[in-house]
Amino acid sequence: MSTANHTGGFHHAHHFDSAEHQYESSKQGIWLFLVTEILMFGGLFVGYSIYHSLYPQVFHAGSKQLSVVLGAVNTVVLLFSSFTMALGINYVQRGLKKKAIIALAVTIACAAIFMVVKFFEYTHKFHVGTVPGKYAYTEELSASGEKVTKVGALLAEANKLSVAEREHKLHLDETEYEHLTLLERTKNWPLFFGFYFVMSGIHGLHVLAGAFLIFWVLLKVIKNQVGPEYFTPVEGVGLFWHVVDLIWIYLFPLLYLVG
Amino acid sequence: MAHEQHNYLNHQKGIWSWLTTLDHKRIGIMYFIAIMSFFFLGGVFALLVRAELFTPGKTLFSADVYNRMMTYHGAIMVFMVIVPGIPAIFGNFVLPIMIGAKDVAFPRLNLMSWYMLMIGAAITGSTLFLENVDTGWTFYTPYSSIKTGLGVIPMVLGVFIIGFSSILTGLNFIVTTHKLRAPGMTMNRIPLMVWALYSTAILQVLATPVLAITLLLLIAEKTLGVGIFDPQLGGDPVLFQHFFWFYSHPAVYIMILPAMGVISELVATYSRKIIFGYTAIAYSSLAIAGVSFLVWGHHMFVSGQSEFAGILFSFITMLVGVPTAIKLFNWIATMYKGSIRLDAPMLFAIGFMFLFTIGGLTGVYLASTGMDVHFHDTYFVVAHFHYVMVGGTLMALMGALIYWFPKVTGKIYSDLTGRISWVFIFSGFNVTFFPQFILGNMGMPRRYYDYLPTFTELNQMSTFGSWLIGTGFLVGLFGVIYALLKGKEAGNNPFGGKTLEWTIPSPPPHENFDKTPVLTGGPYEYR
Ligand code: HEM
Ligand SMILES: [Cu+2]
Repeated sequence: MSTANHTGGFHHAHHFDSAEHQYESSKQGIWLFLVTEILMFGGLFVGYSIYHSLYPQVFHAGSKQLSVVLGAVNTVVLLFSSFTMALGINYVQRGLKKKAIIALAVTIACAAIFMVVKFFEYTHKFHVGTVPGKYAYTEELSASGEKVTKVGALLAEANKLSVAEREHKLHLDETEYEHLTLLERTKNWPLFFGFYFVMSGIHGLHVLAGAFLIFWVLLKVIKNQVGPEYFTPVEGVGLFWHVVDLIWIYLFPLLYLVG
Repeated sequence: MAHEQHNYLNHQKGIWSWLTTLDHKRIGIMYFIAIMSFFFLGGVFALLVRAELFTPGKTLFSADVYNRMMTYHGAIMVFMVIVPGIPAIFGNFVLPIMIGAKDVAFPRLNLMSWYMLMIGAAITGSTLFLENVDTGWTFYTPYSSIKTGLGVIPMVLGVFIIGFSSILTGLNFIVTTHKLRAPGMTMNRIPLMVWALYSTAILQVLATPVLAITLLLLIAEKTLGVGIFDPQLGGDPVLFQHFFWFYSHPAVYIMILPAMGVISELVATYSRKIIFGYTAIAYSSLAIAGVSFLVWGHHMFVSGQSEFAGILFSFITMLVGVPTAIKLFNWIATMYKGSIRLDAPMLFAIGFMFLFTIGGLTGVYLASTGMDVHFHDTYFVVAHFHYVMVGGTLMALMGALIYWFPKVTGKIYSDLTGRISWVFIFSGFNVTFFPQFILGNMGMPRRYYDYLPTFTELNQMSTFGSWLIGTGFLVGLFGVIYALLKGKEAGNNPFGGKTLEWTIPSPPPHENFDKTPVLTGGPYEYR
């Protein structure tokens, strides 16, 4: 805005009475936005619970396919990043610039780790053929005239090999092989991966968005645009990041542990 | 006068100063221009759709072209005209002034909402040239997800972005109303227009995210075939309808609540009386907003949902009638023994009450499960929602336009032009849509390209009516241009309004108020 008032070196826009007033308003705006985020995921959770109650065996078999270890690692990473984010806000509020920069940088690093782990999870899923609906089916029909899933094709190939060759050539160890066979026998299993990819995908996009936002406030910290008197952007981004974590805290048991 | 009055219009000059403005008043005007262009486009589609239905069989276009025109007509009118309409145009302009604020809480976000509407509209509009989009504005699965062309994806993406714009506007209004009221402006002293906008904003923030995820799921369904709406994979197409109407029923109130706010202002000003039942009108807005979340199932009585769900949804739907009737009775009580002036805005307000009542009462028919089986997906439904949305919202929009025109531009909108426009729109509207009730009752299905020869006369009447409506809006547009060029100087308060916007100059200064007003009483203190 063209006119701005001064309080303690930081500006507040002309239509607010004071910096405090502006801070309160911004905070309310951010909370409302977070409500919309939660409602949006709420739609997915509703859909998930409906189908989970309709086809428990589909979700059971599907979740067996996911690596609890990787999911757990990511959960820990995100929880830790929430902690460093909170630290970052605290340091900014206390004017500890250097520490704030470190805390925020660590948070971004955690986001990166999360995405890398997700990348490996996704590529592995693609490799074994557990992909969403349409792509679960190969182009060809089987001898009996039925559509063959990618998983089915992979298993057919695996059955021709010895256990050792299987592990070497197809990267399928014994338990994974068993899980895939279980999956294959479960009707409608691509539905689970539909949910898995949509839910974790949209969440992943939020992690990326969050990382960019944290980078943005990191720059603000470096340029001294935020500090003890004015830290609304840092706090706002922090709240967003906590919500992203919170959603993952729900996604992890729903997707990985339902079995 | 020696030196020109300083106001928000001449505060800065040039197109660039408009495109980067953070002033809520200018943003309101930008919304007006954009939304009226969309309205024109949607209107042309409406006239073409109606023209095609002038005779049974092929009149002008192929069935395919017809389906596309009907889809664009519905989608443009709903997502780009009626939903953003009153809040984005008039809400932006008057809400901050009415509560004594210098701007909305987040001016940058406000500008961004405008750009998001533009981007969304551009993406949606681009599909006109890309590929067939012929799903109707509801995008029902499985037709949209499995059968029809890929053009649905950008179409839906555009609507998603428009939804974002709507969320951000709502969020901005909520915080503005909470935080920026002038001293003495308690929640029980804010004008009823603000109450209406506030309730609408709550709906925008709470309902739209569900539409967002629904549309994303539709895109995921089309691109990846995730199966959530696909019975082959165990999904359920009806789930889409549940999600869609969980948004779109509340959206119906996003469309109508701001209109009700406008009517409250008009009734108070043109009856010159204290509004009757201020609190009842104010809180009934919140009640409508609340109940509207619980009734979506009435769009799915024949979808195979359980009988119990049908009965429950039917019952709750009828409850919406209560707060709505409260408003209507309070307006009438306000008019009773008032010194009513039948200026054009008041005519539109009365038109609103008349048409909206018919729309509302026929809604009760549709909410009765047994009758809905008869009326479902017939022209009765088309007539019903046009009586509500067009008869309601567009009447209010015209009233608001003429009422606040002097405040916005400093020029008076010719009352005679307004009245002529009203005569055409009001009569044309009834000629267009009343026959559709009869057609629907006789069994003519909606969305059909062709119909039985027995329906011809009524369809021709309806098409003729659409030309009257078109003429009415052209007269309205003429009024705008004429007033801008030749309108009389307005002065601060040409209609004797009592809310804060009438205490400042027209057009308002850049920062609305030279001195922050201090309130000592409620609005509408006539006698
Ligand atoms: C100006 C006069 C108008 C005329 C003559 C008109 C005419 C029509 C016609 C003939 C249809 C097709 C009905 C069917 O085949 O099912 C239709 C559908 C529709 N109209 Fe209008 N309309 C007008 C204005 C509006 C306005 C202002 C709105 C704004 C809300 C609107 C919203 C809709 C919607 C939502 C549909 C439903 C499309 C669907 O069912 O897929 N109409 N209209
Ligand atoms: Cu409804």
